[in-house]
Amino acid sequence: MSGGLTSLSFPKNAHAALANPPLLKAIAHIEETLVSGRRRAAEALPEFEALRDAGRDIKAHTLAHLDLYLEAFERKVVEAGGFVHWAADAADANRIILDICQKAGARRVTKGKSMITEEVGLNAYLQANGIAPVETDLGEYIIQLRGETPSHIIAPAVHVNKEQVAADFRRVHTDLDPKRNLDEPTSLLAEARGVLRERFLSADVGITGANFLVAETGSTVIVTNEGNGDLTQILPKTHIVLASIEKVVPTLEDVATIMRLLARSATGQEMSVYTTFSTGPRRAGDPDGPEAFHVVLLDNGRSAMLGSEFEDMLRCIRCGACINHCPVYRSVGGHAYGSVYPGPMGSVLTPSLQGLEKSAHLANASTLCGRCESVCPMRIPLPKMLRHWREKEFERHLTPKKARFGLAAWRFLAARPRLYGLATRLGAWGLARLAGRDGALRQVPLAGGWTRWRDLPAPEGGTFRTEWAKRGRK
Amino acid sequence: MSSRDAILGRIRRSLGASGSDAPRLAAVRHRLAETPVNVVPARGQLPSAERIDLFVRKAGEVFATVVRLGGRDDIPAAVAAYLRDRNLPQAIRRGDDRRLADLPWEREAQLAVTTGPSDGSDLVGLSHADAGVAETGTVVLTSGPDNPTTINFLPDHHIVVVDASTVAGDYETVWADLRRRFGAGVMPRTVNLVTGPSRSADIEETLLLGAHGPRSLHILVVG
Amino acid sequence: MTTPKPRVALFVTCLVDFFRPTVGFSAVKLLEDAGCEVSVPAGQTCCGQPAYNSGDRAGARALAEQVIALFEGFDQVVVPSGSCAGMIKTHYPDLFSGEPNWRLRAEALADKTHELTSFLVDVLGVAPLPVTFEGTATYHDSCSGLRELGVKDQPRRLLSAVDGLTIKEMHDPEACCGFGGAFCVKYDEISNAIVDRKVADVRTTGAELLLAGDLGCLLNIAGKLKREGSSVEVRHVAEVLAGMTNGPAIGETRK
Repeated sequence: MSGGLTSLSFPKNAHAALANPPLLKAIAHIEETLVSGRRRAAEALPEFEALRDAGRDIKAHTLAHLDLYLEAFERKVVEAGGFVHWAADAADANRIILDICQKAGARRVTKGKSMITEEVGLNAYLQANGIAPVETDLGEYIIQLRGETPSHIIAPAVHVNKEQVAADFRRVHTDLDPKRNLDEPTSLLAEARGVLRERFLSADVGITGANFLVAETGSTVIVTNEGNGDLTQILPKTHIVLASIEKVVPTLEDVATIMRLLARSATGQEMSVYTTFSTGPRRAGDPDGPEAFHVVLLDNGRSAMLGSEFEDMLRCIRCGACINHCPVYRSVGGHAYGSVYPGPMGSVLTPSLQGLEKSAHLANASTLCGRCESVCPMRIPLPKMLRHWREKEFERHLTPKKARFGLAAWRFLAARPRLYGLATRLGAWGLARLAGRDGALRQVPLAGGWTRWRDLPAPEGGTFRTEWAKRGRK
Repeated sequence: MSSRDAILGRIRRSLGASGSDAPRLAAVRHRLAETPVNVVPARGQLPSAERIDLFVRKAGEVFATVVRLGGRDDIPAAVAAYLRDRNLPQAIRRGDDRRLADLPWEREAQLAVTTGPSDGSDLVGLSHADAGVAETGTVVLTSGPDNPTTINFLPDHHIVVVDASTVAGDYETVWADLRRRFGAGVMPRTVNLVTGPSRSADIEETLLLGAHGPRSLHILVVG
Repeated sequence: MTTPKPRVALFVTCLVDFFRPTVGFSAVKLLEDAGCEVSVPAGQTCCGQPAYNSGDRAGARALAEQVIALFEGFDQVVVPSGSCAGMIKTHYPDLFSGEPNWRLRAEALADKTHELTSFLVDVLGVAPLPVTFEGTATYHDSCSGLRELGVKDQPRRLLSAVDGLTIKEMHDPEACCGFGGAFCVKYDEISNAIVDRKVADVRTTGAELLLAGDLGCLLNIAGKLKREGSSVEVRHVAEVLAGMTNGPAIGETRK
């Protein structure tokens, strides 16, 4: 992960993030752009809520028949002259892709933006095997130059400011005229466009992810704004699509429905600029397009999520709305999570991918405020699933001892109303006395987490139950 | 056991289902054959003239420029005018599509028209869309021997001709039309849905046009 | 002929019981003014939410059984907290999946349990007795009440009838305050960053008073405002509606 951050060190990562003003400024911006954009787009489409229901139903139907839709998809890809490969895990996927690249004699590879290639660690693997992958999405390109990982699934470089980008370009683009002005985003974009254009034209293999796989037609679908995904897949001789198995949907109609939700939820656009359906390699007489077309279907733990309490997570279309609306993400950014996928969707998915032991904190680092679920286009009950992970932690005794002890003590007390009454009476009286006339406490023994940042309002004095009893009421 | 069988087996175990269960197979067959329509926004369900107006307005909202032409023969002059207005050289690249080839290009003597796929050196590309979608101002382009995909992405400026009679209210209408023309379950090699010019907001969430694809999208609506 | 008064049980919640009995008395007054016969079953403690949200299902279940047994005999159960009401209404049935008898009892209780303002508006449909409160207030939508129970307009509708009170909305009243139960001490630094934004939003309204329907959020926001030396006062919405605002606001110096 970026800077070696892991999910295990989440509080430390968060602490560092909170002491990083440029990062905080960058994340704060999400409010005016992505969050208000989504709100406007949803309000402008009367059918938006009905589409969310339909989207959820499409995915639920597909997941219940996933094996059959994958087989149907495979048949259609083969009919169109493409190849389908099945990868059980990350290592499988990397091996398959390397093999295709090597057989194609590839040295230079371009990549469209793809979280799934982040998930399997494809770039590092290809590099270690002598192939140089070039990220072509502007944000991905920037973080590749910086040796980082994405901090957001749709805005990978949201944590980087333009001065940092300019410095990175000057460091890496050795042909760049030192006098060239790179003060503004427009000039940075022009510089990247020029450099990457050459990369597109000289690539041997193009690798993309997929937003959808269409069982009806054997098409893979990518959705982008920049057009980099298209240049990645139409110019090289070989196009490889890496997609996880839950990306399949039955028909074009189903794509249309989810398409109407995707960009609106992600950026507030009604439609992303480029939605491209690719079906097999170039056909007889075609003047361009790839000569070979490979689809690698990745499982990597997903088949085990089916039929479990985490199945609904497989409806996720990676729009990032839950991330944009999450108060925790908005406080610390994506890298703090130490996982490929940040925010609520990441905290639900990551333990399935990397194991609960390595994911401590993720499910707990949430206020369960529910805003994620309220904006999820696929109506995924994210808070409920975060709670499921907490239950599994508790069952497996992974919950920290102090918290377990606290819970046990509370449970003991709350199950004994008389003792509870006595304890709360004493506690409220004691705290009220401690506060004196102040009404609030600046320091309370054992409550450092609270009083480090805020006062603790003092109890009024007697508990409600004692005051009520004093009035002779029942 | 192959990875394929292992994955499919795991899926079936997790679902507690079999790959040869008749009702499941029937449900999938039915859905793929009948391609039921889900929720379609009312927005695009308009009579022809209003639908085309909506298409023009929506395309404008996503920073495409749109010109309406009375007939196909007006296309060459409209292309030349666009190039003049933008101070661009009088040169375009297009595919061999009959709908573009059979136009009175000779009327624009200054205009150099080359055909075939783009290698990245062209400033302006011209394509013919198969359809427009009013709901979002989207143009639909399909690849084929006479319609190179590279023209849609490599030139700085992309001019797209849309026949007004092909402007649909929604995507579902376009899918039905593709099935009618290419056959059920068959797609052209590439289908591009293009909604405005290329853009990026990856640097400080500042919206910029012309990321990797065309910086401008100019739509000629004919008829 | 008079219809018999509905027999309403108040589930006062552990936080109100401990920190802010005034909220409990305000709730009783509002319910009695509305014609209810109010009981406060002795023996009530905690709804089990802390255990439930910490993954301790068995612990939550044990407390849920206790609450169900204690409250199921009443016509209605009213809670001056969206999150505790939400626990009973939306999560209790889930705790007993696979045990039909308990599940039925949990569902029956869920059906007749209500958050206070929602009970007044949606169930009773009565206007509280007229009260006066001079000043401007802003209302924070507590997450559970808002998103689990749809409590949004009810408190605002009731507040709009308060004489002299002006409501100034925050830019984002629906944003979480960062309390989150154990979250606020486990991830205190992040919780602080979140409540920081909430308090900044409160400040920009210029309101003199912050209101909400959940004591957890109120303690958190009040604690932050006090630490900053802010003069903004904090109260539970029931206090204003019941006209019980003579005592000091939450965390305020006693006179």
